[in-house]
Amino acid sequence: MTNNWTDIQNADIVLVMGGNAAEAHPCGFKWVTEAKSERGAKLMVVDPRFTRTAAVSDHYAPIRSGSDIAFLSGVINYLLSNDAIHTEYVRNYTNAAYIVGEGYGFSEGLFTGYEEDRRAYDRSSWEYEIGEDGFAKRDMTLQHPRCVYQLMKAHFAAYTPEMVQRISGTPEDKFLKVAEWVASTANGERSMTIMYALGWTQHSHGAQNIRSAAMIQLLCGNIGVPGGGINALRGHSNVQGITDIGTLTASLPGYLAMPTDAEPTLDSHLAKRAFTPLQENQVSYWQNYNKFYVSFLKGMYGRNATADNQFGYDWLPKLDTTYDALKMFDVMHKGQTTGLLCQGFNPLMSIAYSGKSVAALAKLKFLVSMDPIETDTAYFWQNHGEFNDVDTASIQTEVFMLPVTSFVEEEGSLTNSSRNIQWKWRAADPYFESRRDTDILADLFLRLRKLYDDEGGTAPGPIQAIDWSYADPMAPAAEEILRELNGRALTDLRDAEGKVVRRAGEQLAGFGEMRADGSTDGVQWIYTGVYSPEGNLSQRRDNSDPSGKNVYGSWGFCWPANRRILYNRASADPDGKPWSEEKAYVFWDGQRWGGADVPDFPPTSNPSLRTGPFIMTPEGTSRLFARGFMAEGPFPVHYEPFEAPVLNPMFPAIRGNPAARVFDNDMEIFGDAEEFPIVATTYRLTEHFHYWTKSVRYNAVVQPEFFVEMSHALAEERGISPGQMVSVRSHRGEVKGRAMITKRLQPLQVDGRTLHYVGLPLHFGFVGQARKASPVNSLTPPVGDANAQTPEFKAFLVDVTPLADPVA
Amino acid sequence: MFPPVPNPGTEATDQTFGAGDLMRRSASKVTPPAERQTEVAKLIDVSKCIGCKACQVACLEWNEQVEEIGFNDGRYENPPDLTEHSWTLMRYAEYENPETGNLEWLIRKDGCMHCEDPGCLKACPAPGAIVQYSNGIVDFKQENCIGCGYCIQGCPFNIPRLSKTDRKVYKCTLCVDRVAVGQGPACAKACPTQAIVFGTKAEMTEYAQTRIADLNSRGYDKAGLYDPPGVGGTHVMYVLQHADQPELYSGLANAPKISGLVETWKSGAAKYTGLAAVGIFAAAGFLHYLVNGANRVSAEDEAKARDLVEGDRT
Amino acid sequence: MNMDISRRRFLQGAGAGVAGTALGAFGFGGVEAAYAATVKEFRLFRTTEARSTCPYCAVACGMMVFSAPSAETGRMEVVHIEGDVDNPVNRGTLCPKGAGALDYIRSPQRVKVPMYRKAGADAFEEVSWDFAMERIAQLMKEDRDANFIETNADGVTVNRWPTMGFLSGSSCTNETGWITWKVARGLGMLQIENQARI
Repeated sequence: MTNNWTDIQNADIVLVMGGNAAEAHPCGFKWVTEAKSERGAKLMVVDPRFTRTAAVSDHYAPIRSGSDIAFLSGVINYLLSNDAIHTEYVRNYTNAAYIVGEGYGFSEGLFTGYEEDRRAYDRSSWEYEIGEDGFAKRDMTLQHPRCVYQLMKAHFAAYTPEMVQRISGTPEDKFLKVAEWVASTANGERSMTIMYALGWTQHSHGAQNIRSAAMIQLLCGNIGVPGGGINALRGHSNVQGITDIGTLTASLPGYLAMPTDAEPTLDSHLAKRAFTPLQENQVSYWQNYNKFYVSFLKGMYGRNATADNQFGYDWLPKLDTTYDALKMFDVMHKGQTTGLLCQGFNPLMSIAYSGKSVAALAKLKFLVSMDPIETDTAYFWQNHGEFNDVDTASIQTEVFMLPVTSFVEEEGSLTNSSRNIQWKWRAADPYFESRRDTDILADLFLRLRKLYDDEGGTAPGPIQAIDWSYADPMAPAAEEILRELNGRALTDLRDAEGKVVRRAGEQLAGFGEMRADGSTDGVQWIYTGVYSPEGNLSQRRDNSDPSGKNVYGSWGFCWPANRRILYNRASADPDGKPWSEEKAYVFWDGQRWGGADVPDFPPTSNPSLRTGPFIMTPEGTSRLFARGFMAEGPFPVHYEPFEAPVLNPMFPAIRGNPAARVFDNDMEIFGDAEEFPIVATTYRLTEHFHYWTKSVRYNAVVQPEFFVEMSHALAEERGISPGQMVSVRSHRGEVKGRAMITKRLQPLQVDGRTLHYVGLPLHFGFVGQARKASPVNSLTPPVGDANAQTPEFKAFLVDVTPLADPVA
Repeated sequence: MFPPVPNPGTEATDQTFGAGDLMRRSASKVTPPAERQTEVAKLIDVSKCIGCKACQVACLEWNEQVEEIGFNDGRYENPPDLTEHSWTLMRYAEYENPETGNLEWLIRKDGCMHCEDPGCLKACPAPGAIVQYSNGIVDFKQENCIGCGYCIQGCPFNIPRLSKTDRKVYKCTLCVDRVAVGQGPACAKACPTQAIVFGTKAEMTEYAQTRIADLNSRGYDKAGLYDPPGVGGTHVMYVLQHADQPELYSGLANAPKISGLVETWKSGAAKYTGLAAVGIFAAAGFLHYLVNGANRVSAEDEAKARDLVEGDRT
Repeated sequence: MNMDISRRRFLQGAGAGVAGTALGAFGFGGVEAAYAATVKEFRLFRTTEARSTCPYCAVACGMMVFSAPSAETGRMEVVHIEGDVDNPVNRGTLCPKGAGALDYIRSPQRVKVPMYRKAGADAFEEVSWDFAMERIAQLMKEDRDANFIETNADGVTVNRWPTMGFLSGSSCTNETGWITWKVARGLGMLQIENQARI
């Protein structure tokens, strides 16, 4: 989230699209109902299904799954063609004025540089024209034919309301009402927040869905302002924190990068990431990348990391290629993986194409499940009839199921969707023989290290180099680890005048104190400050709100630097004055930046320097034109899902996202619309959390069994009655469930034909208290977003047929 | 935001009401307290309800109820109906508004309304099985319940449910144990969107007006407060978008009043007439108690108790 | 206030009312005690409270977790969970998942002791922690020794272990996340993912 949960109350318009906040995040959603009741805000919901969020909305517009870009591009076209944009914001705070090089172009659905055999682009033509001063050229009048603003007008002109209706199935009037309400916020006096979740990410063009939304927010001037923002409602309780830590194939903590084969030395890695501003007076945290990286290495390897050995850079594994979750299962399926540790992770349920997942798991030599509860994955080898029909005896995988403490039996910090790091205190003793994750991993690590110490083996060096100097090595304390994440001074730190600003051994108060010479450590620079010399700030429980703007700045610690709204400098105009009294948030008082929040800006940077508010980018502005940062192009384009019920109405020759990865032989696992004419989308129910609560009795009581949501029209066409068992088949598998026939789903008119769709809740499996079901991912295709590799769970093709009820 | 009730403490404190605050007691005479406690009320704002069932789970958890795991029968209601364990239930109605052409998903939390004039209590022949405190809470005392099921028939909202296991009737207590120590009901505490709020009846009535004004501003001209006079008003009230059509909300009673049967008993009609009318289910319970002498209550005692219903409020 | 005193005062209060005597007069003596016991005692008295956050979604609702020593095990076990009103985000509310989190903690699906399934076996068997950890460490070392790559074809030090995967839980604490990163990367793993992209 750029903004935060409580800030939603400052919104005038709330758009929930690609998500279902009332069901998936009910307690965060209260800030929507508060915005409605306290300030008369309007809620609009765009979703294939009339959800429980739609139930409390002021306007609902249906949309075909997988066509969000067409819809959002239609909104962009509406804003541009009606000049309903926040012009000064767009001119100064986006790259609308930047001039794109002559080599750039777009035709027949493809940008310049496409290489079909690689399913990838040479992105070099997607760049600005650079002037003689070394900075990117701009035309602040926005008139230059190759300035981003003019390119956008041309690119989005095709997305008329008629085209939106043709592609997305959204009736024109319902679409236009959304566009008008969006436009009502393009003025600095009103703001709109956009709330989304996996309904946008789980597509082969997921990242571009979100970019489209961000572009709308930028055109309206809704980024960096209270009640605005582009707000990803994150799923797991600490998925933000675990993403920050970077247990992802290509990540280091704090969004630093894993080294690759092409970066044989620390210097070569750092040189690639040097900060080159594209305008005068631009600043960025990233200019300190080397300080963060060396402090990380000092945290990882302690005293073993020295200037002489590149601070231990060689010990870090180097990536040959990325192994995202889909790729991991593809590699495993090829028999190239020996062992898998699953920590609070149930991949058999959560990875696309369960049939392939089971076959992949069966090729492992061993599998370890570390979880408080039994998972379907841990039982993948057990035959559960139609729900998991495997030949147990033939599966040679050794499986361990280790009991782990539940959330109340341990203490520690978690980072919520608003980037707020909050401490939880232990409330109970470990149940049964369960142990904390950290103790299990410490045990495993120390056993392995001892084996290498005692017996030797391949490459013991990297293991022996790790700093494990915890007070109790077998049981590192959570407080101790959070201090390690924060970082400290290793020697006395002096300022330019030689004055000691931080004594050796003291915790660092902010990432600005980090050094690149090995005199500081701290593995998670963005968290620095959470465990400052003042103590553990994640434990702060001061819920006062002096500004009255729902900021709560003394509750926990928000990264970065306890900032609650990102890019908040943009809440003021270029001279530093708030755009409006109503939305005043962070402003220049003549000497300093101040206001309700920690400014996202150098605190004494005079507005006359014209340093841009988006200090993470070398432009200092946000990017309407993404340059080379997106795999499938600098502007969003409507591409169909890989399994689509129609040919792409705009570019019929293109199947799916042309830059999305398709594994070898996987093209043939896609079904076609002739055999599978119905669009399916998977979704969450408010009564359940992923695959956990099927093992929680209360939740099994209030939502006991898998079902298939469909319209009356589809039920009638297929002869299905309410509550009847139906079969849902895709080209990859089958699930069975009871029919829930509802007015909340209606057939859509798409590209001249009537289109049916079904909704499939994802929570059910063969382990737990709830009724058994086949994993819904038996049906889904293992193709992911071209940038993030998030699987396309939200739009695929199935057929639905009634079954004879087993119960007479 | 309506100010939530502060967190509960773990140090024992006095209860703010008890036996001395009884206003009514089934089949018994009580002298109501000289001064009535401030009336409490739960306000359920259907327009803010997201149908999440947090109230259902919070109710089961706080009241330590173990509910059966059922099936899906093609609806969102789970369990399919109120039970002796599930004292509250979300009911979902899909309504196509003919005026706007829009679909509305009207989701109502069903459960005891805590009537000012409680039909269940009036119908109950077992002394002390149903009590009403002067703050408006109507509570069932299972230790005094004889399982006859008259309360079910007496309830104009079809709320109480008879347990097949212990032959006692159960329903929402308005978390009387929480309210007695200054807390609100578990459902209201949990409710993510403050679709359920709890306070004094006066506060809730006033707060409802702000919600109605908001709904009016969004085109719901007929929005209003459901506090039906036919049962003397209730201590659970609804804000409805279509207050003129409560039946749209999964059959919420339009102009509920206490069943004529209860009036029949009050007038002293022969008990077997009444018995025939209450139906098989209740009759089974009644026979059970006749045969087994539940709670050592004789038929004569029961008849006497029934007569008392008439004069239960002095 | 202790239980005895509160109980006594309560009974005095009941005795002062007319109802108690009326009850006896009608021959319902057997239920008199039941009548006296009006309002059930608040069940959080004499429990211990700790502030936690909800384990489910990333709203991170503040929770009050109430525990008491278990009669069976003597250990502190959870008896009730409700929302923390002090938390500025949830203000005491919980959704149906959070409100039911007690049944997660005491789920029949809780793994109680380390379990081990031999290759080809049709059931798990209980094993000791020591057995499980030692066996896992052995299996990992065998594979790391066999498949670890110290330098690539160009002679660049790459120190990677391509045949081992770690799926890291996104409901774990930040501290667990870091220990996970440190151990998995420290051993040389590249196949590391969490739920961020699924």
